Amino acid sequence: MCTVCGCGTGPHDHHDHDHDHHHHDHGDSRLIAIEQNILAHNDRLAEGNRAYLAERGIFALNLVSSPGSGKTTLLCRTIEAINNRYPVSVIEGDQQTRHDADRILATGAKAVQINTGKGCHLDAHMVGHAFESLEPANGSVLFIENVGNLVCPAAFDLGEAYKVAILSVTEGEDKPIKYPDMFHAAAMMVINKIDLLPYVDFDVEAAIAWARKVNPDIVALPVSARTGEGMEEWLAWINEGRRRARVVSP
Amino acid sequence: MHELSLTQSVIRIVEQEAARQGFATVKTVWLEIGELSSVLPDAMEFCFQAVAAESPVAKGAKLEILRVPGTAWCLDCAQSHPIAQRFDPCPACGGHHLTVTSGEEMRIKEMEVA
Ligand SMILES: Nc1nc2c(ncn2[C@@H]2O[C@H](COP(=O)(O)OP(=O)(O)OP(=O)(O)O)[C@@H](O)[C@H]2O)c(=O)[nH]1
Ligand SMILES: [Mg+2]
Ligand SMILES: [Zn+2]
Ligand SMILES: [Zn+2]
Repeated sequence: MCTVCGCGTGPHDHHDHDHDHHHHDHGDSRLIAIEQNILAHNDRLAEGNRAYLAERGIFALNLVSSPGSGKTTLLCRTIEAINNRYPVSVIEGDQQTRHDADRILATGAKAVQINTGKGCHLDAHMVGHAFESLEPANGSVLFIENVGNLVCPAAFDLGEAYKVAILSVTEGEDKPIKYPDMFHAAAMMVINKIDLLPYVDFDVEAAIAWARKVNPDIVALPVSARTGEGMEEWLAWINEGRRRARVVSP
Repeated sequence: MHELSLTQSVIRIVEQEAARQGFATVKTVWLEIGELSSVLPDAMEFCFQAVAAESPVAKGAKLEILRVPGTAWCLDCAQSHPIAQRFDPCPACGGHHLTVTSGEEMRIKEMEVA
């Protein structure tokens, strides 16, 4: 059994059937008030992850987007640009396959793949266990690439410093208002694939305006993970976050 | 379908309370789900039957969902208004200076236990 989160190997491995399951109603039922947030368990584990990261001065970002917006491409390019100036590790979340973790490993960074199966988002429990095998270095940057899904990952805190929403220009500029929870939860919106702007009707200013409606403080950053345009600003933002994470840690 | 993992959290809380408060079975679980939250009640009920069946405490339990309507306080008109969606403008003045005051709940409220 896991000592941190209390999980067993299976959800109900303690469930042996030698006790009596015939409960008769003796009219002795009672009402009890609970008033507990359904996400309380996830939030507690997320706080545990946050403490783990803070102790080690690790700056963690949770990358969220619809499938195919370019999260892995952006990460590979980012790792190449950081060029071993500091350690980087990646937790890859996908329903199936290790494709994305393999792409990250090919850059030389540490990576672990989480396959969620039918699950539509990463949760704090999965990420806490990923730390055990990943062992992210002190003072490093940790990227968590969430499952491609603009809805569900918004509700699940993983212990990250910030959520970063990636929106590619082929998706349409109204996504921030169609999927407001995600853009509300994110500190930054990366607008990716701007090399394709000449070929699509994507209005960058309108996308930013929609995002600011649901989140007035959101930082917007147009980039192309293909050509590298906008990468300096993205890297500068990561550097600044990393500097602060290290200052806070003892 | 994150309703599945939310449902698993509900069952986990039920089982923890059973151990803590010493009851063997739960007959009914009342949830409070805000209309502005990302939870679909139908999906939650669907998942609940499947997940509860695996739990010795919650097996056969009934799920009751209480919807909480969305309301927000508008700074500009200094009034509370009903809202249908989280980032809707103020229905009275059209402004965006709204603070949601209810409708985001995802809570276990009460249980009937034996
Ligand atoms: N033109 C262009 N294509 C890009 C850019 N970034 C990514 N792509 C392409 O978009 C496709 C999807 O990229 P990925 O990096 O796999 O996207 P992802 O968000 O990681 O996808 P999932 O993990 O499956 O959700 C690939 O064909 C990339 O080559 C970009 O800046 N410009
Ligand atoms: Mg990917
Ligand atoms: Zn979901
Ligand atoms: Zn108003």
